[in-house]
Amino acid sequence: MSEVIHADHHDDHDHGPEKGLLRWLYTTNHKDIGTLYLWFSFAMFLVGGVLALVIRAELFQPGLQFVEPEFFNQMTTNHGLIMVFGAIMPAFVGLANWLIPMQVGAPDMALPRMNNLSFWILPFAFGMMISTLFMEGGGPNFGWTFYAPLSTTYAPDSVTYFIFAVHLMGASSIMGSINIIATILNMRAPGMTLMKMPLFVWTWLITAYLLIAVMPVLAGAVTMMLFDIHFNTSFFNAAGGGDPVMFQHIFWFFGHPEVYIMILPAFGIVSHIIATFARKPLFGYSSMVYAVASIAFLSFIVWAHHMFTVGMPLAGQLFFMYSTMLIAVPTGVKVFNWIATMWRGSMTFETPMLFAIAFVVLFTMGGFSGLMLAITPVDYQYHDTYFVVAHFHYVLVPGALFSIIAAVYFWIPKWTGKMYNESLGKLHFWLSFIGVNITFFPQHFSGLAGMPRRIPDYALQFADFNMLSSIGAFIFGFSQLVFLYVLIHTIRSGKPAEGRAWEGAKGLEWTLPSPAPYHSFTHPPKVTDAEVQG
Amino acid sequence: MSSATEVDNSIYYVPERGWYPVFLAFGLMVLVTGLGSWLNETRAGEAGSWTQSLIGLAITSFVLYCWFAKVISENAQGMNNAMLNRSYVWGMGWFIFSEVMFFAAFFGALFYVRALVVPWMGGEGDKGLTGTYLWPEFEAVWPVISNPDPALFTNPGNTMAPPSTPSAWATYLPFLNTVILLSSSVTVHFAHTAIKQENRTKLIGWLGFTVLLGIVFLGLQVAEYIVAYRDMGLTLGSGIYGSTFFLLTGFHGFHVTMGTFILLVQLFRALKGHFSHKDCFGFEAASWYWHFVDVVWVGLFIFVYVL
Amino acid sequence: MKKTILQFASGIALIGWALIVQADELNLRPGVTDISREVYDLHMLILGICVAIGVVVFGVLFWSVYAHRKSRGQEAAQFHHNTYLEILWTIVPTIILVLMAIPSTQVLIAMYDTGGEDMTVEVRGYQWKWQYKYLDEDYNRTFSFFSNLATPRSQINNRQVKTDTYLLEVDRPLKIPANRKVRFLITAEDVIHAWWVPDFGIKRDAVPGVVNDLWTIVPEPGVYRGQCTELCGKDHGFMPIVVEVLPEAEFDAWYASQASTEVVKAESFGETFTHEQLMAKGEEIYGTYCAACHLADGQGIPPAFPAIAGSAVAMGPRDDHLRLVIDGVAGSAMQAFGKQLDPVELASVVHFQRHSFGNDAGDISQPADVVNLSGGQ
Ligand code: HEA
Ligand code: HEA
Ligand code: HEC
Ligand code: CUA
Ligand SMILES: [Cu+2]
Repeated sequence: MSEVIHADHHDDHDHGPEKGLLRWLYTTNHKDIGTLYLWFSFAMFLVGGVLALVIRAELFQPGLQFVEPEFFNQMTTNHGLIMVFGAIMPAFVGLANWLIPMQVGAPDMALPRMNNLSFWILPFAFGMMISTLFMEGGGPNFGWTFYAPLSTTYAPDSVTYFIFAVHLMGASSIMGSINIIATILNMRAPGMTLMKMPLFVWTWLITAYLLIAVMPVLAGAVTMMLFDIHFNTSFFNAAGGGDPVMFQHIFWFFGHPEVYIMILPAFGIVSHIIATFARKPLFGYSSMVYAVASIAFLSFIVWAHHMFTVGMPLAGQLFFMYSTMLIAVPTGVKVFNWIATMWRGSMTFETPMLFAIAFVVLFTMGGFSGLMLAITPVDYQYHDTYFVVAHFHYVLVPGALFSIIAAVYFWIPKWTGKMYNESLGKLHFWLSFIGVNITFFPQHFSGLAGMPRRIPDYALQFADFNMLSSIGAFIFGFSQLVFLYVLIHTIRSGKPAEGRAWEGAKGLEWTLPSPAPYHSFTHPPKVTDAEVQG
Repeated sequence: MSSATEVDNSIYYVPERGWYPVFLAFGLMVLVTGLGSWLNETRAGEAGSWTQSLIGLAITSFVLYCWFAKVISENAQGMNNAMLNRSYVWGMGWFIFSEVMFFAAFFGALFYVRALVVPWMGGEGDKGLTGTYLWPEFEAVWPVISNPDPALFTNPGNTMAPPSTPSAWATYLPFLNTVILLSSSVTVHFAHTAIKQENRTKLIGWLGFTVLLGIVFLGLQVAEYIVAYRDMGLTLGSGIYGSTFFLLTGFHGFHVTMGTFILLVQLFRALKGHFSHKDCFGFEAASWYWHFVDVVWVGLFIFVYVL
Repeated sequence: MKKTILQFASGIALIGWALIVQADELNLRPGVTDISREVYDLHMLILGICVAIGVVVFGVLFWSVYAHRKSRGQEAAQFHHNTYLEILWTIVPTIILVLMAIPSTQVLIAMYDTGGEDMTVEVRGYQWKWQYKYLDEDYNRTFSFFSNLATPRSQINNRQVKTDTYLLEVDRPLKIPANRKVRFLITAEDVIHAWWVPDFGIKRDAVPGVVNDLWTIVPEPGVYRGQCTELCGKDHGFMPIVVEVLPEAEFDAWYASQASTEVVKAESFGETFTHEQLMAKGEEIYGTYCAACHLADGQGIPPAFPAIAGSAVAMGPRDDHLRLVIDGVAGSAMQAFGKQLDPVELASVVHFQRHSFGNDAGDISQPADVVNLSGGQ
């Protein structure tokens, strides 16, 4: 039976979810799919985290204790890949699925069946990728950046499956993005003009463009690898007139926008949360939008800042240094706007707000180290050391990851109709906050002292900081089990939540009851000034 | 930018749950793991087996067939509203953009190699040291006819460069193919006009003709590859010229194959009486795709063959 | 109140700052060359600016968190933009960035000033060792050698106490003269590596088939250590760089002696050795060059790295074994050791493989056999 939902008599047509496993396999509902994405990404986060714990356990002390160097490289590689493609990106897509239709006043995503396809490709792709770890010859061991020729001529056989896994993930991301763009541009309720859209919607719109522009380029890069490996082409082999450095150019043309793909939706989330708990309108809505757009634009012309040491001509180095530095300006605008939003507000500090404030502070610190890395002559000293590892974990863990956690605490009342336990939430926050800093702050120092990344063993002078970092990693890791407990506890026995679960919350999603009905808006809602951000 | 106000928003069509997507994902996985193990077996010098890939392909095709049939029948029952149709338009548009970016990666590789790597290896420019120190024999010309290390990558015997005399262009395959493909863009446009005029015979005629042109193009392309491999000694393994040449034209050829097939499907639909002047999205999507493939060819013709 | 908080914050910042500047463990090394000191100054400048901006930004943030909370009865203001402020905080950071870009550009340009060198050394990365080739003015090789990790496996596997230079020591360091401009041509044999000596402030990727160049002038003689900084496979963490900077006269004497040792070595290629001599030499070579992949016990890490114990090659015809080691296996990690080892070393390592780990080929390999096979080179 197809559902045609009519505004006036939708009750007799509207039905809730089906029962059983098939509900999840066959669903076309944005909430079901959002839920699938979120649980999938949480599972991947735990898997990626366990790999990180293997890394940290091995690095606890100098010397080889637990794993062989070969296996260590597989851990590093798969940790990076799983966290980036399996944990952070799907989590944001899951949030987009849950929130965008509700925030723009639509019943569902624009292309619901394709939505299901985008999700179900992922478990297959990651199943394939993780299974390579158990193959003869081992899994990918060339870093998440898989530079040729280590990933071509010198790669284990499993690289073929890795390549196809990347193709599949790319297809999934592209379809997901097309869906998001079509939903945003096409399904907004009357009166929801572009400059009234919630910031999460805005940031995702721009992120989706980034994804559509760069995922195919990544597909191109792995395709060239496939041909170099199996069909004797010479894209990345100088002996045939190609160039290994060209791989890096193509990869980072994808890779740099990719890191902003992992942070722009976070900017959106944090904007909602800070405004809500400051009980104030978001400061500088339109400059927020323009800042995100400028960051997205700049992200296409800075890629070679990951390649300062490959030996580019001077003019290239200077161009990429200047363009990279420029990103600090729009990002600064965002940081200042958040603080101005808090300024003279009437703040309370529930768990989402705590995570959001920690985001602002720690992300900015990661941004500062990013800016230091952008200074080419000094990057020679930082490049491929733990200073870089510290930089990107500051923007990714207390950055992207904290924003996702904050979003879950913030919207879970809307999703489940139940409120999480505030004290447990706060406990989770403080453990995470302390853990994350113990883990990653010392890495700045080991990096400056000269410890290269991607090594299973290190010289003695790095020992103290590594030990500290490993201790932090275990604290941080195990405090995520508190999160898991909070989630299950909320779903099973949380206290009922109101429609507008937070006092200062604005937006169409809060006009719906909690939990939100299976089909969010069966008839177009009225967009009033009270519910928009602009 | 479309504003949502013009449509009747009181009707949203949300399709029922369906088995297609998850089976499609499954089929794709069977297909690629099959391909992967075939490739690895072949590389190890064993006789690889195609069976799994074919099963995957069969699942994928079957699901896609059912899925599209379902969408077409839903549309025929009038379930789609203007909003959904517009979502399809956005969807197809951005899908084509993603394809553009896929080709951009390969064009980017071509430009990077031609403009920077080859001169550097020939000892010119900022990084000319690479050439003078490591590859003193290498000569910076494009197409590269003598590879830096011919022992590893055999030199191409010949290239696809255009003939020097204008009269010889008449038999220059890529030129003929350009003419064919450009004409096919025109004929597919005529077919579209025919739909707008509700003239079915004309539609079938022009569409059929377009498909035919597509097939001829592919035939010539195959002929060119045969000549390249058999007579010219230009292969995938002939260094960077062969690599860029075959991957660019090959992926283009693959897209023409897909495009021809899609148009063929539209032809069958036209024969079955589908499409009206108000409702012909399937056809339009196919024709956009076709125009896109055409534009890519023009880029190829200029940058891969002529210049 | 406001004042105390500000004082407190700046106090903390100052202490932090002092810590960073003082403890060298916590900070970048100033290094020993002009360039490395300029880089260090630049690093301190940018870090200082970031810390300063951080103090202001976080100061405002924490003040707001402290003061503008509901529990203090604060009413929410309702302003939502301020054009002047927004323009201001776009322009000020831009100016700061321009100020940072100027010295950065200057240092970068200075680094790119190769040319005018007194001598040139080719640095070539291999899985997992470095090769240093001393070149004359026309870039012809005068002599070359490999530089391998010298830390014993027993230290790595925690069976022996680790020394101070753990993982940062090699069997043959690169030697360069003090006070002369040395130019490095950096390239690689197999995958990408990166050559980094922190104290010189230089790092460059070693890309197969591509040449990058770097230069340095080191005023002070001494021993300087670094590591490979680009993931290059299994033993990426175990390919250190050690540079010994010698006073000029001492360097010149060493340099002259190298060419003559090469000649002496060549004379021994005609000699015949006993089984015991070959085994002793072979074991040493095996430990340095082969054990990384085929492991000290000859078991390898199949399927990536085959075992030598019971290997069909090691038990098969001797010349095939020699040829495989001399020419390597194209497209695999097995390198052409004919280019890295001399005939004595090749003969002894092959002989060792044929008579260890339970292998017992029962024949003997002499340097002369290697010379014959590789066409007298
Ligand atoms: C979410 C992900 C994310 C984000 C947002 C960023 C943000 C930035 N990154 Fe980062 N980066 C990564 C993820 C990210 N990065 C990853 C994963 C890697 C490593 C990849 C790998 O090799 O594996 C990496 C590596 C990396 C490098 C390469 C280092 C190397 O390998 O040598 C560089 C170099 O320029 C860099 C720079 C920057 C800059 C300038 C920003 C800027 O966007 C930051 C801007 C923000 C601020 C500056 C703070 C707020 C601003 C103000 C308060 C205004 C006032 C400030 C000033 C005027 C100073 N990053
Ligand atoms: C988005 C991404 C993201 C996230 C969230 C993380 C999270 C973490 N990362 Fe990582 N990291 C990367 C992205 C990310 N990382 C990337 C891209 C690289 C580069 C890879 C490369 O070099 O190629 C990298 C590399 C990297 C390194 C450098 C490795 C090397 O150079 O060799 C280290 C080392 O400390 C590290 C540590 C950690 C730690 C301790 C966490 C912690 O935050 C993780 C905490 C989570 C847990 C520990 C999970 C909790 C689970 C349990 C407690 C077990 C429960 C079990 C069950 C229920 C089954 N990461
Ligand atoms: C960087 C890794 C590496 C190092 C170092 C290395 N090898 Fe190998 N070796 C390999 C690999 C990989 C193969 C398998 C090649 C193939 O057949 O694909 C191999 C194969 C061999 C074989 C053939 C074994 C068989 O049964 O097929 C012999 C003999 C051998 N190596 C000897 C040596 C000697 C002698 C040295 C040191 C002087 C050495 N190897 C150092 C990687 C290495
Ligand atoms: Cu060589 Cu890392
Ligand atoms: Cu970047």
